[in-house]
Amino acid sequence: MVTQALLILLILTCLSLLGSSRLSAYIRIVALQGLLLGALTLAVHAKSLSTDIVLLALGSTIIKSLVVPRMLARAIREADVRTAARPFLGYGGSLVAGMLLLPVALWLGWHLTLPHPVAGGLVVPVSLYAMFIGLFLIAGRQQALTQILGYLVLENGIYAFGVALLVDYPLWVELAILLDLLGAVLVMGVILFDINRDFDHIDTSRLSALKD
Amino acid sequence: MIALLFWIPVLAGLLAFLIRSDRLRRGLLVATAIGNSLVVGAAWIHRPHAIWSGWLALDDVGLLFLTITSVVFLAAAVYAVGYLAAEGHPDSRRDFKEGVLFSNGPESIFTGGLLLFLATMTVMSMSQNFGIFWVALEASTLASAPLIYFHRHHRSLEASWKYLMLCSVGIAVALLGNFCLALAASAHGHGISLEVAPLLAHAAALDPRWLKAAFLFLLVGYGTKMGLAPLHTWLPDAHAESPSLVSALLSGALLNCAFLGILRIYQVCAAAGLGSFSQGLLTGFGLLSMAVATIYILNQSDYKRMLAYSSVEHMGLLALGVGLGGAGVFGALLHALNHSLAKAMLFLVAGNILSLYQTRTSALVKGILRRAPSVGIFWLVGLFAITGFPPFGTFLSEFTILKRAFDLKDFAIGTAILVSLGLVFVGFATSILAMAQGPTDPGDPTARSPELSGERAPVSAAAPTAILGSPSISWFTVMPPAVLGVVLLALGLYLPAGLDHLLHAAAASLGGS
Repeated sequence: MVTQALLILLILTCLSLLGSSRLSAYIRIVALQGLLLGALTLAVHAKSLSTDIVLLALGSTIIKSLVVPRMLARAIREADVRTAARPFLGYGGSLVAGMLLLPVALWLGWHLTLPHPVAGGLVVPVSLYAMFIGLFLIAGRQQALTQILGYLVLENGIYAFGVALLVDYPLWVELAILLDLLGAVLVMGVILFDINRDFDHIDTSRLSALKD
Repeated sequence: MIALLFWIPVLAGLLAFLIRSDRLRRGLLVATAIGNSLVVGAAWIHRPHAIWSGWLALDDVGLLFLTITSVVFLAAAVYAVGYLAAEGHPDSRRDFKEGVLFSNGPESIFTGGLLLFLATMTVMSMSQNFGIFWVALEASTLASAPLIYFHRHHRSLEASWKYLMLCSVGIAVALLGNFCLALAASAHGHGISLEVAPLLAHAAALDPRWLKAAFLFLLVGYGTKMGLAPLHTWLPDAHAESPSLVSALLSGALLNCAFLGILRIYQVCAAAGLGSFSQGLLTGFGLLSMAVATIYILNQSDYKRMLAYSSVEHMGLLALGVGLGGAGVFGALLHALNHSLAKAMLFLVAGNILSLYQTRTSALVKGILRRAPSVGIFWLVGLFAITGFPPFGTFLSEFTILKRAFDLKDFAIGTAILVSLGLVFVGFATSILAMAQGPTDPGDPTARSPELSGERAPVSAAAPTAILGSPSISWFTVMPPAVLGVVLLALGLYLPAGLDHLLHAAAASLGGS
């Protein structure tokens, strides 16, 4: 029951990402997703809690909802940008597209039968949905920071998929994944500073010198 | 021994960040590369035991790719000594393309990044566990992004941003593929651990639907890193904008290592009876990559981008060779070796041309043979080596793949390969021959850009040699491509028995012959 509620909240956070225009709101929503995923880790494995799982939940929550959002918040403070660049489809259009992606994810999730359903039928469609939204944000928002946020949402979707479905695989791989995520955001962040310094903007649609 | 292969570059890389003396750090780079090659050589004589409960081990395929990485890295490390002597100073310099001022990144970060990059690729070659491979691939992206961004100007910034973003998304998709593989492995009650050997042993127990999904996601994810079309868009930019020795490493070592990831899951799929499904996908991606690369090579005015697209073409050929199966697998593995040597050599020579002429536009480079014969000769040798002329090794490997296509009566694929190779030869020959021949034009290269002639206070450290027109290119940057060229030629004339045996054993483990 708790699992289902968490998953539905995850869908709502994805939708609200599509509709907001303030960068600080984006970062808060992605931080909230990190919190939801930490809770999801515990809720899914509630019957067989081990120290490993508690550590994983704790680690992921700290990285996804504290460390990474702090870094991104600092990035927008130093770059002095407040609002996101207008997306290709506009905010209304993005929301409609996001609504349309939901049945696609549900349909796909319904057709992928699980070997042993752990957390009910909702995990696969919701994690797929988060991945779709992440890719949508990367492709549709031409701003370096929103692309990083899209990447984080994509990773969150994959994390939800993994944590809810993989019962008997070593958890340290998941921890390594979290560390990788941290490293990726770090390197992206450094480059983000340089994009901002070199161009006085973080609009990647204007990064267009290289083409054939 | 496997532990040595891992720890030598890791510790040397961390040390490189701390060392202050440039000479000492360059010495460390070359010493590490030599040490790494020696340990790899020892692994040929006596195959080491697996460590970390079987997660890292050297099988035949792994040893092949590890050797390629090690040879290309050694060449790049020696080249780096000459390159950094000219380019290592952090003073600002003129960008040859747009005339803006920029400076290079700190040399310690560059060297440390190179060594850590070697460590990640070594782990990729040795990993038997799908999770470890994934972590190493991700780490290789992070270690190489600062290398691409060594010249701190906006074009390399754009290239490294594209590289990071596209490869990160690819790696995320590959992670999903690994999760699908884990689901396929836990289909029947208890989970099979995600190493190659147990997965092959219990291949029949894997859930075919989830395994198909796993193959698809891993192919797309690692294919992004390998540069298969249409996922290759980061590749030409990153190869063109990074220092040439980094391009050589990306093309000669990294793309292969990503291919190894695809080979591993292909191996599992073939054992589980999904051989034709995965071969069909590999063939499709391979043909598409060759077609896309051919079109771009024919219209290419920038010689480094031309080399980059050629990498897309050859990666397509590798995928196609495995897709054809049988002797094609042997051909693909041999071609991976030959292509790495030829492409690393060409990129290193291209770096020498770039520092001589200060331009990447093929049409502005004339008479390399007269101006710097030691560079021009190997630029020509590279042309014939990469386009698969006998007696170079590439001829043998390309011919093996082609013969397999015709043996299968797959005339459409065979003709497609022939047409693509032919057109690429035309594209390469027209541009490279014109660059190598002709009279020299020792005019002031900076005079070509009108906006530069006005003020010229901060001249770059590399520029004086170029401006004087004297081809005083360091031996450190001439020798590595020369040695690679000789090795490539030798491989075409005589395939050593040990190598032949390894290639056949590796091909057999991948269901070929």
